[in-house]
Amino acid sequence: MTGSSLLTQISAIALRSTLRTARQPAVLVSAILFPMMFFSVNAYGLDAATSIPGFPADSYLDFAFAFPLVQASLFGSITAGADLARDIESGFFDRLSLTPMRPVALLAGMLAGVVALGLVQGVVFLAIGLLMGVEVSSGFLGMVVLVLLTVLVALGFGGVGAILALRTGSVEAVESAFPLFFVVIFLSSINLPRDLIEAGWFRFIATINPVSYLVEGLRSLVITGWDPQALLLGFGCAVGIIVLSLAGAGASLRTRVAR
Amino acid sequence: MGGERGADRPEGDGLVGDLNGRAGIEAEGLVRQFKRGPRAVDGIDLRVEPGEVYGFLGPNGAGKSTTVLMLTTLLPPTAGTARVAGYDIVKQGPQVRASIGAALQEAALDQFLTGRDHLRLQAALHGLGRQERRKRGDELLERVGLSEAADRRVRGYSGGMKRRLDLALALVHRPRILFLDEPTTGLDPQSRSALWAEVSRLARDEGVTVFLTTQYLEEADVLADRVGIIDHGRIVAEDTPENLKAEIGRPSVEATPAKEGQRDAVAKVLRRFGKEIPAQPGAVSVRLDQGAGDLADVVRALDSEGLKVSNLRLDEPSLDDVFLEKTGRSLEGAGDEEVGEAQA
Repeated sequence: MTGSSLLTQISAIALRSTLRTARQPAVLVSAILFPMMFFSVNAYGLDAATSIPGFPADSYLDFAFAFPLVQASLFGSITAGADLARDIESGFFDRLSLTPMRPVALLAGMLAGVVALGLVQGVVFLAIGLLMGVEVSSGFLGMVVLVLLTVLVALGFGGVGAILALRTGSVEAVESAFPLFFVVIFLSSINLPRDLIEAGWFRFIATINPVSYLVEGLRSLVITGWDPQALLLGFGCAVGIIVLSLAGAGASLRTRVAR
Repeated sequence: MGGERGADRPEGDGLVGDLNGRAGIEAEGLVRQFKRGPRAVDGIDLRVEPGEVYGFLGPNGAGKSTTVLMLTTLLPPTAGTARVAGYDIVKQGPQVRASIGAALQEAALDQFLTGRDHLRLQAALHGLGRQERRKRGDELLERVGLSEAADRRVRGYSGGMKRRLDLALALVHRPRILFLDEPTTGLDPQSRSALWAEVSRLARDEGVTVFLTTQYLEEADVLADRVGIIDHGRIVAEDTPENLKAEIGRPSVEATPAKEGQRDAVAKVLRRFGKEIPAQPGAVSVRLDQGAGDLADVVRALDSEGLKVSNLRLDEPSLDDVFLEKTGRSLEGAGDEEVGEAQA
């Protein structure tokens, strides 16, 4: 009994993460329901925005479709981060630390759960969106890319959730970061294209905010079709967030394990 | 205390490094100082032989759990060294962890997983093959009496069931050394007895070394081959329960006055025969200077003073008496005065 392979360890942790989520219907429902609720309210309440000269879409429904995808990724990251913090608070993290499990397996297993949830959310939102009348200009392949980018966004945000959990070891601290994340999302081009934002400070923040490029990458697949620049920036930002957040989570994990 | 024990060790039996490949525990000068907190563990020396059940007895906040966290590699020591199963706890953490099983103070379980899910996860992380995982899981569930509840979520388990599952999880990989941190705290007497029986069986039949922390005198007395008494982060006494009690030697007598208001008068008489020690509410107790032979004189003295008692009891020394002797306080209730270890 010299210890299991990394893959076995990751699978075991991911299975546990998935079982936990699947056995909490309230988490699943809120992860699907709330983003769709915000999407519906935004799409119908702000439809008049399409009459602004230069607005890039005829339907605000299509324009706003990136919103639930990004918001759901945020929900997923907070849920996963809170779960990890709960493990630390309850001593379950110590229990896992007493096995030959490699620390990276804990992180990878947890993030595998985030990816699985992101995948489910992406597919479900797409299905609901299509039923509501969203038209994806890039076609079926674009839908696949849309879900892929959503999953990458979920993974990047999941890494941030893991950093918070590992640094603080507190469910309360992780959950209290949620409003801050929400502000970051709103200070992007989530509701209006950047060139239509009138306030200079807001446009500046939206321009330096990487969330804008995630949103624009997702949105381009819906309203424009294949826009290489938007996609490159979207995937580039997603990968950048993943690399940085995973590096940070890895360092936080090493610090936590060494305590 | 550790220094005193050192003198009893066989010659050439160096403290660190001589238990390589064996299932023992050794610590020398182990210290844990928390930032802005107390010195939770203040220079502990101990040696637990392979196959031994070692009871670490002390009140809340004495340093028991902090010691376990260090020995299980979950907390680095501030100073000192320790080897578990022959491996250094700081330099050889993975080897230590592969050799030990631990059920820590809180039964850390996932409320949304079943008992069987927990065992599968633990077995997978320990590298058991698929079939072995299932077999070992079933075997342990049966052994701790959780076969019927195996597929129920843990949030529906009682405290005793959680503790038994905790023990099963610690045993998945057949460890040579088992750390149990207050395993029966909060359990009903029946669950406590069941857990005691299983711990005894593990040591007796499988030769597992058990390091058990407890604040229950009876638990240490029943289970432990040797007991270390810890107070304020230091071991103040260590030996077999019998030897520790024999060290105190003399029994105590406890008298309960028949009439309220006569307690002081009864105490005055009893103090002629020995030093007063803590007693039940309303009663007076003294450690008899001359042993059990004083009892008849005590009765005669009370009678001559016209003091009637509703209850008179001769008690053999207990581990609480040992604690009292060494620390000046009774173990029961001593923890209330301590700073909680968790807060440290």
